[in-house]
Amino acid sequence: MQIIVNGENKIITEMSLSGFLESIGIDPRQVAVELNREIVPKSSFESKILHEGDRIEIVHFVGGG
Amino acid sequence: MTDRADKLIIAGREFSSRLMVGTGKYADFQQMAKAIEASGAEIVTVAVRRINISDRSKESLLDHLDLTKYTLLPNTAGCYTADDAVRTCRLAREAGLSDFVKLEVLGDEKTLYPDNEELLKAATILIKEGFTVLPYTSDDPIVCRKLEEIGCAAVMPLGAPIGSGLGIRNPYNIRIILETIKVPVIVDAGVGTASDAAIAMELGCHGVLMNTGIAGAKDPIAMAEAMKLAVIAGRLAYRAGRIPKKLYATASSPIEGIIE
Repeated sequence: MQIIVNGENKIITEMSLSGFLESIGIDPRQVAVELNREIVPKSSFESKILHEGDRIEIVHFVGGG
Repeated sequence: MTDRADKLIIAGREFSSRLMVGTGKYADFQQMAKAIEASGAEIVTVAVRRINISDRSKESLLDHLDLTKYTLLPNTAGCYTADDAVRTCRLAREAGLSDFVKLEVLGDEKTLYPDNEELLKAATILIKEGFTVLPYTSDDPIVCRKLEEIGCAAVMPLGAPIGSGLGIRNPYNIRIILETIKVPVIVDAGVGTASDAAIAMELGCHGVLMNTGIAGAKDPIAMAEAMKLAVIAGRLAYRAGRIPKKLYATASSPIEGIIE
């Protein structure tokens, strides 16, 4: 199925949000995730199952003033 | 000697350093970490951005900041509407460890001046959601008063445009803001060199926030130390109470006993 992650199309098999983060090498402790514009608390990463057409934003902290 | 009891208190949290620094524009994370260390800052600002999902080889900012030592202050840089700023703050709170946010809602790209109407809108929503809001604003006493009234934990008027290094362009407005506002007043943006930071502190500001003034210097680590000392010196001078300015001279040595 297809999902959109940070504006890019991704083809994935059905999996949880935490499974997806792991598959692309992201440490869940250092990021925040929005699924279809709703914040997903870290405690729900495991239980949240991704669906066709989901739009995900994954952000982290970078240098800034 | 620095008075140990002279703490900066924001929303009930105590800080020993009155200098807050950004993490942007450094040559690399090592230089950034050394400059922050030299600045003595305890509050450091960070930006919230999309992670690069295709290239995971890059180091992470948080690997270079000891979070037991520093309080992160995520910003909403690059947001031009209240909605975008609120969304960014919610993500920042989830990514970070606290509800402190440096709220900025910009009006245009050329001046990076705040859009105070959107700023007030965003601040109102965020305060209802339990955020500790530190808003970057123009040096306008009325806007600062309104920000305090809706419950901001501090107000952060600009000294001059972001990254301009022009110093404190309107010290009179900063003085009026200081007379009006009870929450901490932190000059944010415009500091170019150590004397600018000292001037802000001598006016009675509770703190100074800067990024480019340090990161853009030829030797950022040395400038970080200069800023640390300037903030301490300015604060001490403010507390010591300066002499009034006079047009004519007053002799320092006694008039009596001059040889004839």
